[in-house]
Amino acid sequence: MTAPILYAGCGIILFSIGLHALLVRRHLLRKILAANIMGSGVFMLFIAAGARGEGTAADPVPQVMVLTGIVVSLCFTAVAIALAVRIHNLTDCTTLAVDEESSID
Amino acid sequence: MTEILLGQHWFFWMTLVPLGAAVVAFLIPQQARWIGLATALLLPFFALAAIAATLTAEVQPITGGGWPTPLGIELRRDGLALVMLTVTAVVGFIISCYALGYFPARGHHSSRARYFWPLWLFLWGSCNALFVSGDLFNLYVTLELVTLASVSLIALEGGKAALTAALRYLFIGLFGSLAYLLGVGIFYGAYATVDLALLGDIITGTSLDHAAMALMVAGLVLKSALFPLHFWLPQAHAMAPAPVSAVLSALVIKCSYVILLRLWFEVFVSLDTVAVGHLLGLLGSVAIIWGSLLALRQERLKLLIAYSTVAQIGYLFLVFPLARNETMATAWVGGVLLMMTHACGKAAMFMVAGTIHHTAGSDRISRLAGAGGPIGVLVVVFTLAATTIIGLPPSGGFFSKWLFINAALVTGQWWYLPIILSGTLLAAGYVAKVLGWAFLDVKRSSYPVIPWVMKWPPLVLSVIALLFGLIAYEPVQIALLGAPVSGPIFMEAGP
Repeated sequence: MTAPILYAGCGIILFSIGLHALLVRRHLLRKILAANIMGSGVFMLFIAAGARGEGTAADPVPQVMVLTGIVVSLCFTAVAIALAVRIHNLTDCTTLAVDEESSID
Repeated sequence: MTEILLGQHWFFWMTLVPLGAAVVAFLIPQQARWIGLATALLLPFFALAAIAATLTAEVQPITGGGWPTPLGIELRRDGLALVMLTVTAVVGFIISCYALGYFPARGHHSSRARYFWPLWLFLWGSCNALFVSGDLFNLYVTLELVTLASVSLIALEGGKAALTAALRYLFIGLFGSLAYLLGVGIFYGAYATVDLALLGDIITGTSLDHAAMALMVAGLVLKSALFPLHFWLPQAHAMAPAPVSAVLSALVIKCSYVILLRLWFEVFVSLDTVAVGHLLGLLGSVAIIWGSLLALRQERLKLLIAYSTVAQIGYLFLVFPLARNETMATAWVGGVLLMMTHACGKAAMFMVAGTIHHTAGSDRISRLAGAGGPIGVLVVVFTLAATTIIGLPPSGGFFSKWLFINAALVTGQWWYLPIILSGTLLAAGYVAKVLGWAFLDVKRSSYPVIPWVMKWPPLVLSVIALLFGLIAYEPVQIALLGAPVSGPIFMEAGP
């Protein structure tokens, strides 16, 4: 087992853990954390994808992509937290309510 | 003079101008309306100039920062990008006019107007950037920009229901794009490139490639709300203010679909896609029937239109099983045509629903009883727009379904025929349900006066959607410029 494979495997495991939590957990903050962990898993895979064999320098392009990806994920986290705080202030609720069918008016 | 005009990098400006205008509109909120309207006026002309430049002049390739292609970012200037930019410009202009009336400058909702314009211009610029992107990672970034702007627009209403719908849409969007990004990472690890054309040439079809394809398709299907992953769409689309619903249904859904279309015909060509195509076709078929049935059952106009979008997305996904060897071009053109007409028709329908909600005080369909008299104009606009959703000639919807049926017959996949036909029948059913209520013989005269910008712009779009079949030849020729498909376009095929 080489290092890049190990990194990529761990990335996919992180992605799966995050995915599980995103689907199963109901608390909004946990969901937001889960999405961040999913993102970290993907970034780890990208870093592993830049490996170019023993002794050669790593490909810098995926690392640049990860930097961009971190910026995107930061924006998403900020918007998600803002929305979650607003929902909490309005409803005293920390989960996504299910019964919005009746409140469109 | 003409040479100078044609030599401009119009594709580049179509992305940059709305993004710049969004920043300006955010900084000067008092003038946001006029900045938005000025941008909306400019962009259709930019789109025309881009078409003229592509058709007549030899344009230099545009690369970001002047870096050579593998490293630099090259803009795609093919037919698909051109038609999508043009449709977005036309629909966007009409929606902007409508929004002037929907978000009045004064009154207790003026803060919504203040945030609507920057976000809408930001979304517009991101959509344009997505259409001209030619590599996997840029597509990811632009798709995220589109999602971020859409989430904020859904939350514009500010109530509990709108915020919940926005946050749910955000989680769905994140999940979809991270799955897509994981696929991008796998492709980069294997081939060290993210350029669509380059990747399509060197892809070999290992099992890892198929895993990446599965991840990307799943992510994009979730974002385009194909059955059974459509659960988030009706709430998100019905909860938003009317101009936002129109944007989401007409344009945002098409963004992830355009990416899938590009990937399918450029990158996945040497992969084994027959089974995946059949799966997408099956899901599309279920979406057509299920979406139409649920639309028939809705009691609220906006939810009815949202479920109708679910059904129309089903049609879009029929492209994948139907595009085989000789029918490649037929199915592809059908899909592109449907995207264009659905954008016009659905935007007009959502705008009409918004105006009706505004005047009748509720968007319950039963409240429409007798509306055919006092707000008859709106009902007529709704009907005209609905012809393309049903697929009556001469609308563009009719021609795209015709092309799908021909492709199904040529490839011997007859089972798509009853699906397409029953979808049409059900669509006629839910439109007739709305019209039935509207023309009930009930006397009502209590409707307030509607500002003209909320009445006439949707009419323009619905007329475009209705007559699109008659003028479809030119757009189709433009769309086929540099298209990844070739072959005859079957207009009348025997089994």
